[in-house]
Amino acid sequence: MKARLLIIEPAQMVAQGLVAMLNEQTRFKVLEPIRSLDNLTERLITGRPDIIIVNIGLVDSPTEARADRQVPVVGLVYQYVPAEKLKRFDALIDIHDSQGAVVETLTKALNQQPGDNTQPAANYELSRRETDVLIEVARGYTNKEIADRLNVSVHTVISHRKNIMHKTGIKSVAGLTVYAILNNLIDESVVV
Amino acid sequence: MNEIMNDIHRRMSDLVTDHVQLVTLLPRIGIPLGFGERSVADVCARHGVDPQFLLLICNVYCNPHYEPEPQMLAGIHMDGLVPYLRGSHAYYVDNRLPHIARHLDHIATQLPERVAAVFKRFFEEYQQEVMAHFAHEEQVVFPHIEALTAGRPAGKYSIDSFLRDHSNLEDKLNDLLQIIFKYLPENVTGDDTVSVIYDIILLAHDLNRHSFVEEHVMVPYVRQLEKSNL
Repeated sequence: MKARLLIIEPAQMVAQGLVAMLNEQTRFKVLEPIRSLDNLTERLITGRPDIIIVNIGLVDSPTEARADRQVPVVGLVYQYVPAEKLKRFDALIDIHDSQGAVVETLTKALNQQPGDNTQPAANYELSRRETDVLIEVARGYTNKEIADRLNVSVHTVISHRKNIMHKTGIKSVAGLTVYAILNNLIDESVVV
Repeated sequence: MNEIMNDIHRRMSDLVTDHVQLVTLLPRIGIPLGFGERSVADVCARHGVDPQFLLLICNVYCNPHYEPEPQMLAGIHMDGLVPYLRGSHAYYVDNRLPHIARHLDHIATQLPERVAAVFKRFFEEYQQEVMAHFAHEEQVVFPHIEALTAGRPAGKYSIDSFLRDHSNLEDKLNDLLQIIFKYLPENVTGDDTVSVIYDIILLAHDLNRHSFVEEHVMVPYVRQLEKSNL
């Protein structure tokens, strides 16, 4: 199956260049590019991209481009960007990259699951689902209770909890409760 | 510095100069500061501490890769072990935990009220947990050792259950560090945050080494005692 690719790039020449380059590839179905983040939410829903290329100047972190879709975000670089920011993206392509190099980078990014533990340093912000689980943990519910309340399997809850621990560095329920209250995710009165 | 300390004729002051973390450890073994030019052996003799026991504990504290050999352990007088473990418990409970709690209270005055309450409660609950952990050791494990060394009947307790029940006291301190590093509001200012970070790191390290002594020195020693008392 072809990977659905969304390009977010303000310069039309650059965007069209990428579209032309990637349309020759049978691997990708290139969606109609967008020029800013304005219509992003709508395009994420209608286009259901599997991978996103974003001009790195448009966003501070890949989360802004993927919202709550767990897809790799590849930064497109043609100006100076601080190294700290570059590290947040799942992969990077440079305006000077050859066609082969671009395809290789995209293919690699598609094969690594964003948020995968073996690929740290990509995105440490909690996803919406992880936040939901964190809130239930902080309220004092067990894995089984959380699974029932969120209508997912216990296995899924455990996997979210692993990611939460990895991202926050906090292991104990008491510590996660402090985290949740500091971040205004829960009210202290709901702690059971 | 990771070399093994084994020379009882070295000046005690040189040992402490090389391994400054011993400053808080020595009083718990029964050795006050002010050793002048005396050697490790002399200082130990003055205070009735076995010098090999002292070096054993110093090596555990200063060298994260140090693994005492069973034959070596068997040759050391362990009379000082329980007093030292009790001394460390008192040091944590009477000195370190209240000290950290005071810093956290100061930090909490800068947090919104609802956050402050939860922040303080986290550490209060941790202190309760630590005290329950120590109480079990002081009321069950140490009397068991003292009974065995005095040749009294040992009762039902066996040291085999120690490792199974021995809970980890460092994880929550690391959680607290993460919270302070990463999640305190940026407007929290003052020296308390930086000071408390050092205090927590030192306490976590101390507790880690303390557990190591319990699990890798005390347990084999008590197993041996249990065997010979059968």
